[in-house]
Amino acid sequence: MTFINYAAKEINCKIVYYGPGLGGKTTNLQYIYSKTAPEAKGKMISLATETDRTLFFDFLPLDLGAIRGFTTRFHLYTVPGQVFYDASRKLILKGADGVVFVADSQRERMESNIESIRNLEVNLKEHGLDLKALPYALQFNKRDLPNILSVEELYRVLNFKREPTFEAVAPAGRGVFDTLKSVAKQILVELRKR
Amino acid sequence: MNLVLYEDEIRALEEVLQRLRQDSNARAVFLIDKNGQQLAGAGATDSIDTTSLASLTAGNVAATDGLAKLIGEREFSVLFHEGQREHIHISIVAKRAILVVIFDERSSLGLVRLRVKRAGQEFEKIFDLMERKARDAEAGGPEQRPTPFSEITDEDIDALFSD
Ligand SMILES: Nc1nc2c(ncn2[C@@H]2O[C@H](COP(=O)(O)OP(=O)(O)OP(=O)(O)O)[C@@H](O)[C@H]2O)c(=O)[nH]1
Ligand SMILES: [Mg+2]
Repeated sequence: MTFINYAAKEINCKIVYYGPGLGGKTTNLQYIYSKTAPEAKGKMISLATETDRTLFFDFLPLDLGAIRGFTTRFHLYTVPGQVFYDASRKLILKGADGVVFVADSQRERMESNIESIRNLEVNLKEHGLDLKALPYALQFNKRDLPNILSVEELYRVLNFKREPTFEAVAPAGRGVFDTLKSVAKQILVELRKR
Repeated sequence: MNLVLYEDEIRALEEVLQRLRQDSNARAVFLIDKNGQQLAGAGATDSIDTTSLASLTAGNVAATDGLAKLIGEREFSVLFHEGQREHIHISIVAKRAILVVIFDERSSLGLVRLRVKRAGQEFEKIFDLMERKARDAEAGGPEQRPTPFSEITDEDIDALFSD
């Protein structure tokens, strides 16, 4: 059950960054945080281990401005990518309006990417959500590293429904905002249909 | 099902929250949905980062729900965090929302518990009414309560991202 607050004139959307461990999900949010004007963002919360691995989630609230008098607020979350955190990962997906999948372009991480997308589909289903119908963008991250697969190869294996894809180098910001905008737009278009 | 909060509903919820804050002598009280969105609040809400509070509380409740299921409980209906001066009482009200009460030595756990129980019944009535309205609207066809979002244009969306 979702509450929609017409009285406060707010549109609240939840975007979840999903993907294998060390793929760069947290780095995406850190870059967005660092490049957003203070008045447009809230505090970024990171529930992480001592070695900076996500333990439960990262959270970043963004205020993008108004549409038709409604403040549009995006709540960005990352999940913990490490396989054994599946229970927590599932919790974060609840109520997601859109998902960004951050894939690791490195050859040796391909199996992890594939496993993580399967896991995404399964966990969405448990919340009654269908990846086929959900706003979704696919990011090929770590394009700066030497041992990476070609974009064509990554797309062939990882694309789920011809979703928009973006090459990225998250620490430098390459592709980060394009990915976010893509999924945010899809969510607003969905909202209009409802 | 989506429950839509219009001015009337928000006012009704805020009234209950205000009474609860007063009767329990709490510093602040909040109603939050299970996805981490704040619905309404009362009391010293300005001194608190409510967005962070809502998201962490929802995460906390979700994790605790997970724990409950693991050991075969349906849910833990109350969470209580005791600090040196400030305490947080978190409860699920009417199975649909999360009620947060922040209080200090001017109140007590016993008092908060008592007042939360009473407020819970009032929230339940409000939610039931909202649900009935929502079901009526669904049965009566889509054009009954037009959403303002249906008028969003591509230009509106693009304008959000221009910079
Ligand atoms: N060279 C390079 N390093 C990156 C890139 N993106 C992220 N990293 C690095 O990869 C490491 C892991 O990044 P995180 O953002 O913490 O990964 P994560 O997906 O949040 O990992 P979990 O929290 O375990 O799920 C960090 O040291 C980042 O600096 C990239 O595009 N290129
Ligand atoms: Mg992380």
